[in-house]
Amino acid sequence: MSTASVPLPNWINYGLIPLLNLTLAFLISGLVVWFIGENPLDALWLMLDGALGRGEGVGFTLYYATNFIFTGLSVAVAIHAGLFNIGSEGQAYLGGLGAALVALALDHYVPWYVTMPFAVLGAAAFGAAWALLPAWLQAKRGSHIVITTIMFNYIAAAFMVYLLVNVLIVPGKMAPETRTFLEGGQLPKLDWLMAMFGMKLGPAPFNVSFLIALLMCFLVWVLIWRTKLGYEMRTLGISPSAAAYAGIPYARIVIITMLISGGLAGMMALNPVLGASARLQVEFVGGAGFVGIAVSLMGRNHPVGIILAAILFGILYQGGADLSFEMPTITREMILVIQGLVILFAGALEYMFRPAIVVAYQKFASA
Amino acid sequence: MEFVDIFISILGSTIRLSIPLIFTALAGLFSERAGVFDIGLEGKMLAAAFASACAAYITGSAWLGLLSGIGVSVAFALVHGFASITNRGNQIISGVAINFIVAGLTIVLGQAWFGQGGRTPQLPNTARFSPITLPGVDALRDVPVLGPLYANVISGNNILTYFAFAAVPISWWILYRTRFGLRMRAVGENPGAVDTAGISVTWLRYRAVICAGILCGLSGTYLAIAQSAAFIKDMSAGKGYIALAALIFAKWKPVPVMFACLLFGFLDAFANFMQGKSVPLIGEVPVQIFQALPYILTCVLLAGFIGVARPPKAGGVPYVKER
Amino acid sequence: MSQTPAIELVGIDKKFGAVHANKNINLTVTKGTIHGIIGENGAGKSTLMSILYGFYHADSGEIRIDGNPVHIRDSQAAINAGIGMVHQHFMLVENFTVLENVMLGAEGGSLLAKGVASARAELKRLEEEYGLEVDPDAVIEELPVGLQQRVEILKAMYRGAEILILDEPTGVLTPAEADHLFRILGVLRDQGKTVIFITHKLREIMAITDEVSVMRRGEMVATRKTAETTVEELAELMVGRRVLLRVEKGEAKAGDVVLSVRNLTVKDSRGVTMVDNVSFDVRAGEIVGIAGVAGNGQSELLEAITGIRAPVSGEIRLDDQPIAGIDPARLRQLGLAHIPEDRHHMGLVLKFEEYENSVLGYHRDPKFGRGPFLDLDAIRADAVEKIEKYDIRPPNARLKTANFSGGNQQKIVVAREIERDPKILIIGQPTRGVDIGAIEFIHKRIIEMRDSGKAILLVSVELDEIRSLSDRILVMFAGQVVGEKTAEAGEQTLGLMMAGIAA
Repeated sequence: MSTASVPLPNWINYGLIPLLNLTLAFLISGLVVWFIGENPLDALWLMLDGALGRGEGVGFTLYYATNFIFTGLSVAVAIHAGLFNIGSEGQAYLGGLGAALVALALDHYVPWYVTMPFAVLGAAAFGAAWALLPAWLQAKRGSHIVITTIMFNYIAAAFMVYLLVNVLIVPGKMAPETRTFLEGGQLPKLDWLMAMFGMKLGPAPFNVSFLIALLMCFLVWVLIWRTKLGYEMRTLGISPSAAAYAGIPYARIVIITMLISGGLAGMMALNPVLGASARLQVEFVGGAGFVGIAVSLMGRNHPVGIILAAILFGILYQGGADLSFEMPTITREMILVIQGLVILFAGALEYMFRPAIVVAYQKFASA
Repeated sequence: MEFVDIFISILGSTIRLSIPLIFTALAGLFSERAGVFDIGLEGKMLAAAFASACAAYITGSAWLGLLSGIGVSVAFALVHGFASITNRGNQIISGVAINFIVAGLTIVLGQAWFGQGGRTPQLPNTARFSPITLPGVDALRDVPVLGPLYANVISGNNILTYFAFAAVPISWWILYRTRFGLRMRAVGENPGAVDTAGISVTWLRYRAVICAGILCGLSGTYLAIAQSAAFIKDMSAGKGYIALAALIFAKWKPVPVMFACLLFGFLDAFANFMQGKSVPLIGEVPVQIFQALPYILTCVLLAGFIGVARPPKAGGVPYVKER
Repeated sequence: MSQTPAIELVGIDKKFGAVHANKNINLTVTKGTIHGIIGENGAGKSTLMSILYGFYHADSGEIRIDGNPVHIRDSQAAINAGIGMVHQHFMLVENFTVLENVMLGAEGGSLLAKGVASARAELKRLEEEYGLEVDPDAVIEELPVGLQQRVEILKAMYRGAEILILDEPTGVLTPAEADHLFRILGVLRDQGKTVIFITHKLREIMAITDEVSVMRRGEMVATRKTAETTVEELAELMVGRRVLLRVEKGEAKAGDVVLSVRNLTVKDSRGVTMVDNVSFDVRAGEIVGIAGVAGNGQSELLEAITGIRAPVSGEIRLDDQPIAGIDPARLRQLGLAHIPEDRHHMGLVLKFEEYENSVLGYHRDPKFGRGPFLDLDAIRADAVEKIEKYDIRPPNARLKTANFSGGNQQKIVVAREIERDPKILIIGQPTRGVDIGAIEFIHKRIIEMRDSGKAILLVSVELDEIRSLSDRILVMFAGQVVGEKTAEAGEQTLGLMMAGIAA
């Protein structure tokens, strides 16, 4: 009998195995640091200190985490319905356009709290729209959604560069970006929230988007575990044949799921565009869509797990930036290595330890 | 004769821009025809670029650069194999992971070793694959059209360019004329047929994945020490994904792969040429259209609007024998 | 016939987890004969042959070929030992040519060119010698199923097989194709090859085998010379004398027609016609049983009636309203409930908690939620109620469904479908993999439903079950309803009809 079908208790499945995988990813990262001649423990300390040591660091950490919560949710929602959306990156990019257009249209006339709901809708609508075609192709023509969403990431990149260089650019300027939004188009910082914990935010761009992200976590939780639609998505994701038996319409669920996924990715743009730089810039997504894959995998596609994983990656991004400043031999891109290792061990090699653990568990259980 | 000159110049850069695509798309061909999806082409290419530049810089030999480029690329291919063949993990996730690891590692190591912000030091020409001038260039120089065509398109390329064009018929030959090719195509369609014929599915897929590693090694080496004279961070710049698109566009067949890569290379070259130029009646055509075109074309193809792109049937599915 | 047996299996034993697929199997196959192995689905025939072909490993036991013990580690070892196998699901590469498929694994060198010429010559020879005609350059997916199977046989012969195993080879063939296959097998035997022929069809056993072994529930129960046995004896050996589960039930009071099926034709995903022009009615207050050997179109019939598979032609009416092509969700609203044949595949989402499965298909019912939301309290309360009423154990609605036993899983499905109080209940294999206690319980519920005036359509491969529950019995064979009997019909009569022999 193969070990794959042996049931293990939850604390092993959801606790021990992910922990082992994560530990291995970090051990190998430590080896890389050691290999380039630095002390991994010192590096770890510097990173944690940079990310969590001061209010400003925490602010940056949470700012990055906000991006990753959105994209992590985007990936997770799709995975619940059995779809692998690699296109969060492009959907977020388009979401930026939606958010920016709202801000550009309204910032002269209304305060931010009026702009915000429209910006949320704009960002979500544009992100969702960018997911629609791959979703339709998957649902109706059977085109592999992994490939089409990759293609759409690149199409999005080309499209956005075109818009920023030729259409949205401020006349007479060189930088491919929109004008800076007035206050009515900016999301305020959360210095009061930090103050409640006795920390000073400083220049960190930690803003209201974080609260929107938390709200989305709650809404996604409700969607997946408390609504009929979520029930249908999960049924389809686990067992397409049971979904067919239950009369759950495949094409409809695929398209709706991807619209939600794309919408969540699109909302990620609120944070950097309206919350930080107050303008739409090229490449503002900066890989956050891909980080979402790692975050969702690590967070086991659950909003709470996603928040924790997003904060972990926020620490990596902010701490990594600080680390590269303190230890110039270690560049920021060390984050990418860690991220890749986490995806590898928590995702593709998810079950590497399972056979050994099953053997150990059976010995332990029978003893 | 200005038109001819432009034409020849675009053709020349089409070739140069197509070479990495050809190697990489052929790499994807080997892997995917054997039933292992590979979106880690980009990462393997980038890893090879970095390794070849480092080795060439240290040893001063382009050939040792090539060797280490291939070696590192194959190592990552084996990681992909370990995850997706041995551990039956998700092939997409494994590919994504490799792309990240490499994107980070090349810069981290590059900075640690050379301190030039992720670049490797500029290579002298002796440590690169330099253009080769074929015999008879001078003799033909004054022949109109043919002379410049020969000098700038056929001749004047480095040896890896010729390797790439040789790799196409060789891949075809391996795929359709050898035992290995037959088995490889079979395992991508129906691994059960291979298994019941008494052939190891695992070993067969590993070999295919290694072939992909070798070809990505050539591709990355070309980028770093033939087309350029150093490794520059992120120098693969999405070419791995374009190659993937070309592979799908060519319906997983070697000779069409070459034409798809040439087409996508041409779009790139043409975009460069059109930059800042305006077309009568239309005005300036945005270069982004050309950049997006390969992806758009591939999606249209995938949607089944121009022919049917049927991927290898067992692609992406780990082989499980026990019930 | 020579005296050394071609194959001897001694004490072969194999378990898959809790399933004891082969129990201490002994089998001797005489050289140069066609040896049939017959048994019901799940009797362990395919597992045994997969062990012989090195696809699975026996937990214990010995295999002897021509009197010599051999260790068959993998398929390559089986091929080397002279064993060839034609699998039930063809192991062919569909976009390859016949020649490529035949050569795969026996290419004769690292380059194909040399092998191609000799393979062509060999195919020519096999064609002449055994009548195995196929165009070597034809692409498999363009060939009819019968020819694809011939390619499988060619593959084995090309590798020099002396022993050929065919696993349910006629399941996908037309009668004419099957006859052609039998002629080929006859030629093979006359040329001294040994053929092992696995089937559940008695007619085929009688038609072509020299000897026959009967398997039942993982055991080898008998071996007979075909000439010295009868269909009746084999049928009895195959089914066994089981404890007949008599269910207390009164006379049926059949009312109006609830479900009416007319000239229904259904094809499976490969395009093979599985249900062929079938018509019947089910009335309120009666149980109509459909008997038949698995694979004769019952599954497709159920899928068509329950909206999962669109029929090719014909009419299905529920309360005189056409319902063909309507989706399962809408059919449930119309009062059609469905206990599917395969609860793991369809009836349940095994990773769900019990209460989640207790509403599968009914989750949009106003009772279980308002607007877009699910009312988990209502769902759980309802689940708990069903757990009590149906004695589902352990009584825990929050337990993962995979952790319930087969019988209790089935009760979850049965409770869900019966408690909806439908007009008609469509049931496929209600007690497959279910313990005796649960069987009795489920049977009782079904009878209760009938007595409360519901229409019930029951499909089962368990003849006992059909006989003890049904008021009328339809027998399906090769996609057609070949006859109708009352519950009083004898087991033998029905068995012969199921085998396609009598009507």
